[in-house]
Amino acid sequence: MSTVFIALQTNEDTRQIVDAILQDNPHAVANEQPAMVKIDAEGKLVVRRETIEELIGRPYDLQEMQIHMITMSGNLDQTDDEMTLFWNA
Amino acid sequence: MDMQVAKKKLGLKERYAVMTRGLDWKPSYQKMEDIYPYIAYEGIKIHDWDKWEDPFRLTMDAYWKYQSEKERKLYSVLDAYVQSNGHLNVTDARYLNTVKLFISGISPLEYVAHRGFAHAGRQFPGPGPRVACLMQSLDEIRHAQTQVHAVSNYNKYYNGMHDFHHAHDRVWFLSVPKSFFDDAITAGPFEFMVSIGFSFEYVLTNLLFVPFVSGAAYNGDMGTMTFGFSAQSDEARHMTLGLEVIKFILQQDPANVPIVQRWIDKWTWRGYRVLTLVAMMMDYMLPKRTMSWKEAWEVYFEQNGGALFKDLARYGIKMPDCAAQIALEKDHLSHQAWSTFYNYGAATNFHSWMPDEDEMAWLSAKYPNSFDKHYRPRYEFWREQAAKGNRFYNKTLPMLCQTCQIPLVFTEPGDPTKICYREVDYKEDKYHFCSDHCKKIFEDEPEKYVQAWLPVHQIYQGNCFPEGTDPTVEGFDPLAAVLKYYHLEHGRDNLDFEGSEDQKNFEAWHGQATKNI
Repeated sequence: MSTVFIALQTNEDTRQIVDAILQDNPHAVANEQPAMVKIDAEGKLVVRRETIEELIGRPYDLQEMQIHMITMSGNLDQTDDEMTLFWNA
Repeated sequence: MDMQVAKKKLGLKERYAVMTRGLDWKPSYQKMEDIYPYIAYEGIKIHDWDKWEDPFRLTMDAYWKYQSEKERKLYSVLDAYVQSNGHLNVTDARYLNTVKLFISGISPLEYVAHRGFAHAGRQFPGPGPRVACLMQSLDEIRHAQTQVHAVSNYNKYYNGMHDFHHAHDRVWFLSVPKSFFDDAITAGPFEFMVSIGFSFEYVLTNLLFVPFVSGAAYNGDMGTMTFGFSAQSDEARHMTLGLEVIKFILQQDPANVPIVQRWIDKWTWRGYRVLTLVAMMMDYMLPKRTMSWKEAWEVYFEQNGGALFKDLARYGIKMPDCAAQIALEKDHLSHQAWSTFYNYGAATNFHSWMPDEDEMAWLSAKYPNSFDKHYRPRYEFWREQAAKGNRFYNKTLPMLCQTCQIPLVFTEPGDPTKICYREVDYKEDKYHFCSDHCKKIFEDEPEKYVQAWLPVHQIYQGNCFPEGTDPTVEGFDPLAAVLKYYHLEHGRDNLDFEGSEDQKNFEAWHGQATKNI
């Protein structure tokens, strides 16, 4: 299975987003680099709005991720509740 | 306390449908082929434009909201950076040469990308890709502007950046990135999307931005880091557009597959050749390195690109053949490039230098199969010569590849001791190439590439001197005339870093910043 990833800027807004992603994706690995965090996961990675909201304590629109994203890999599907990265093969 | 969140009237999917497809209409008194004249000639067949959907489902109203927030963040950081003389906090004044390379080599491409996506978006009959192209077109002009704004702070203090756009259109090595993008925007709209949207943005952009921006952060350059990350935050969307466009074209008609494969093969190689500049930046120009070119290539192309092409295999797309040659070159590319720039350091808008002992040790460790054997002895010789006052500047002009426009400095695949030359006879003329891949690209479209503006040919033809120059006068110095034409000042913008004005100024100003004098 191939690896998908998402990289976010390191800042106060993303700290809890990264925690939320790692909480929802136990198979994911966070890789800290200068000023950025790259999260790698085999096959599939799901970012869930609800988990982020629980950790930051306010309503969150997944499209806000646009502000902090650096790069990603994999096919994408985004809805109001989830952002999913995946490979089909 | 339960916070009541106002329920949105429409979900993301419905909102996207209303704000893209819902805004489109069928023309009634003009023919489709008159409105979209470029859509058929490349041979790509599209049966249902509505099958295309942006997986981020971003609509223009949301786009403005998030982009304006990015701009506010960026400019407040830039202000703080400038107000605190942030330029004195970079690791070493050598670092600034990466900024010079970026502003003259890359930022002008952002502007061309803006034009390219505006054009492609205009030509696509489908509202989905049209809206996504519009957003990307706006992103690209934002990148060009924010980069110019961020780097203008450095231009106040350091040399080589004062006329970057003039340089971009003229300086010999800058014709490599310039001709790459000119090639893309003069292709049809589908090829443009595959070249820039897919091959460059999806397959290769990580190698440009992630190491460059992470490198800036690591070297204390907050200005570049901030514009870099602000630009990069748009890249995830660009990459998504690139991948979705490819999947969409491939799903629409099996006849599209061979056309797209040829474009992927061509543009992966073209993009890789442009990234030669990034390879040497990572291995030589960043005083503090984040990772080697070879490591970056392995992570972002071999691993990530491998996953991508495995995923695309179900459409009948395979990894480009050039990947095999690139794998052979990864131990050599940055060293051969830096050697070339060290040679031609009298004709560049940035400084070059020989790595010090610690840096050589780093290079040996990162390139155990090639550095000590092929490159260290050469560097040690040059360093000895420079110490004796014979700093080597090559003043002869090199043969250029007709396709990528890089001098013929690369070695044969598998034999790093032999320069690779290829040639083709076409209509009474002989054309030269750096590789089998550049040669094949030429052979597929010779009428396009015979028109290339090759800096060396142009210099020999007398087209790169200031107006009124008489090259027949006694003692004519062609290099001096070419530098004037480039708007570069000899002894200030070019030559070795050692002894440069940048080096002296940085040292003096840095001293002032840390002492009471």
